[in-house]
Amino acid sequence: MTLLSNRRQAMAIGAGTIVATIIGPSIAFAANDSDDLIKKFTGGKTAAEGRVKLDLPEIAENGNTVPMTVMVESPMTEQSYVAAVLVIADGNPRGGVATFHFSPASGVAEANTRIRLATTQNIIAVAKMNDGSFFTASKQVKVTIGGCGG
Amino acid sequence: MAEAVKPRIKLDKKQAKKGDLVEVKALVSHIMESGQRRDSAGNTIPRKILSKFTCTVNGKEVFSADFEPAVSANPYIQFKFRAQESGPVILTWVDDDGSKIVGQDSITVT
Repeated sequence: MTLLSNRRQAMAIGAGTIVATIIGPSIAFAANDSDDLIKKFTGGKTAAEGRVKLDLPEIAENGNTVPMTVMVESPMTEQSYVAAVLVIADGNPRGGVATFHFSPASGVAEANTRIRLATTQNIIAVAKMNDGSFFTASKQVKVTIGGCGG
Repeated sequence: MAEAVKPRIKLDKKQAKKGDLVEVKALVSHIMESGQRRDSAGNTIPRKILSKFTCTVNGKEVFSADFEPAVSANPYIQFKFRAQESGPVILTWVDDDGSKIVGQDSITVT
């Protein structure tokens, strides 16, 4: 058991070093600015669960490029559309990932990009509707770095 | 890095009926330096990313995005727009240093 835990520790240190060289030194202490970013985006309003769908792999082997799709249910008409979607990663050195801006001309509120994830963490999407309401969804992604297995 | 970069842009259709959804996929070469990494001497490598992306169709903005350093190198973006009128589809990425990468395609609406 001692041996095993030693090996785990060694692997954890190894993984940590790799992460530090790729993304930054401060990832071990997860508290980043994500709460502030969400507060700023919503103006302090509470976002309701639902209508937002986040599509991410459950396990990402390479945290450097993780495909991410965000979709928001909306008719996307002049009367009712999604104005913007904020995407946050709560375990990165900095919480912001991207903000997508939509309009009725978008036709559908859907966007896909590839993102960097420093470690296993939650991805949070907050959608702002044109009527000032907010919806949110989150998804955890397990990140494997350096081939340490699941 | 930002100079003379030709983005790869693909529209899922070149001709669309009015009201159809057109999917745009775009990939551009860029280092997207996060500003978090250090070089071998321990100095922070300064941040250099494409921070703003916009797409206009016939001069009207249909989609835009703000990117943070958490967007991967060689950023890929996929989105849709509703075909309303024929015209050029212009994609613009703005670098932190103010330089721009512009790519163009076109759509014919019947």
